[in-house]
Amino acid sequence: MAMLDKHKILETNATLLLVFSFLVVTIGGIVQITPLFYLENTIEKVEGMRPYTPLEMAGRDIYIREGCYVCHSQMIRPMRDEVERYGHYSLAAESMYDHPFQWGSKRTGPDLARVGGRYSDQWHVDHLRDPQSVVPESVMPKYGFLEHRIIDGKYIGDVLAANALVGTPYTDEMLENAQADFRAQADPDSDYDGLLERYGEKVSIRNFDGQAELTEADALVAYLQMLGTLVDFSTFTPDANR
Amino acid sequence: MSKTPEKQPGDPNTTGHTWDGIEEFDNPMPRWWLWTFYATIFWAVIYTIMYPAWPLVQSATAGVTGWSSRGEAQQELVAFQEANAPWNARLVETPLEDISKDPELQQYAVNAGGAVFRTWCAQCHGSGAQGAPGFPNLLDDAWLWGGSLEDIETTVAYGIRNEESDDARYSEMPAFGEILERDEITQVVQYVMSLTNAQTDDAAAQAGKVVFEDNCAACHGEDGTGDVFQGAPNLTDAIWLYGGSQEAVTQTVLNSRFGVMPAWENRLSDAQIRAVTAYVHQLGGGQ
Repeated sequence: MAMLDKHKILETNATLLLVFSFLVVTIGGIVQITPLFYLENTIEKVEGMRPYTPLEMAGRDIYIREGCYVCHSQMIRPMRDEVERYGHYSLAAESMYDHPFQWGSKRTGPDLARVGGRYSDQWHVDHLRDPQSVVPESVMPKYGFLEHRIIDGKYIGDVLAANALVGTPYTDEMLENAQADFRAQADPDSDYDGLLERYGEKVSIRNFDGQAELTEADALVAYLQMLGTLVDFSTFTPDANR
Repeated sequence: MSKTPEKQPGDPNTTGHTWDGIEEFDNPMPRWWLWTFYATIFWAVIYTIMYPAWPLVQSATAGVTGWSSRGEAQQELVAFQEANAPWNARLVETPLEDISKDPELQQYAVNAGGAVFRTWCAQCHGSGAQGAPGFPNLLDDAWLWGGSLEDIETTVAYGIRNEESDDARYSEMPAFGEILERDEITQVVQYVMSLTNAQTDDAAAQAGKVVFEDNCAACHGEDGTGDVFQGAPNLTDAIWLYGGSQEAVTQTVLNSRFGVMPAWENRLSDAQIRAVTAYVHQLGGGQ
């Protein structure tokens, strides 16, 4: 065949081979990835998802910094054993504001996709300080130093702005008040009306670590206590065919 | 450089192209390999017809089997729910006190409740219900909010001092660090420790008795035996939730404690709550 005879041109010309190889890989990639952006059955509409509050976002950054994702997944798969143990299987929409997502790939510890509200704040603080004090069989390392690292949210507005840049719908108002909201969430005596107005009535406002200072433990516990609690499952009927 | 071997009679044909004088025999591929290869192509076609596969304009093809991972999980969940439904119905209908009178039902409740406990409760109360500092032991006879079946059920369903449930049990001990003088606190700690521990300063304990009667007796009782209606612990037994050392008791008096338990009414079904109630009740301390 005439076409195949010309293959010699490609095999003897490295640059041309590179260009055509790239072309082939590109087509393969487009065919696999593009449909995910428009197919209706890969995304479902749910109620309750909101961007993370500044304090939760800081907690999320600590979660990533400490490599929590190495041992903990945030992805409940649609299987009976996982649903019975962790709760409703995870929905794509639940990680829509995660940049990057924290699905993880290995469970040395349990899945955390729905850990929010499952334990008390004090349990989380005790458990981060000394996991074996509450779960003797645990192999998790200690993270007590988080309680001693005071944070002020100086750059949290920039973190939110960076997330807004990649598509998280933070409003200008949210970005402007980021540091104030950051402080308000861990202080029940503060004026937190603005925070609730911007992020919704369901935002938890508590002194998460029980100390006077605002620490990394506050941020991490605020993040953990929110995980998996945003979607309103009372208004949601999963489509089995997705 | 070796010499190019001469082509022998009987050699297969070459593929036709040469490179620097090197030629390649056009040997057929092994049969088994070729047929396996054809079989995988055939299987791929069948698979994409049977299962979700090709992206179209609105959605991907669903496949003729109608299979989905969610559907499969749902089917399995429903199958087990249905298998347990008669038992769960019996569990919900039977008054809590009567469950243990029906050995079959009690056995079901304890096994199901044990599974619920190990999944949802063990992280705080321990896999053997032995508790941890700050998280009550459920094996002993000491109950903060009562150890009857109904008390346990209420605690499980609504939790303690949480924000999720309006029916959560609630009480709050004041932080006496802001109310009492430092030496009064030392005295009352000595008194509280004297209720269970002889190793105390008698003079201070005597003075502490007055402080106790003025500040603590309203909830913990004149004799310090506590009050389950307010979740005020009995101070005369040797069971300490946050530790019974002088240091730990002083911390409790200074800053108070505020143990929180989540509400389970929205996470667990009625049958699951009743099962775990029966399980906890039969662990040893149930009243």
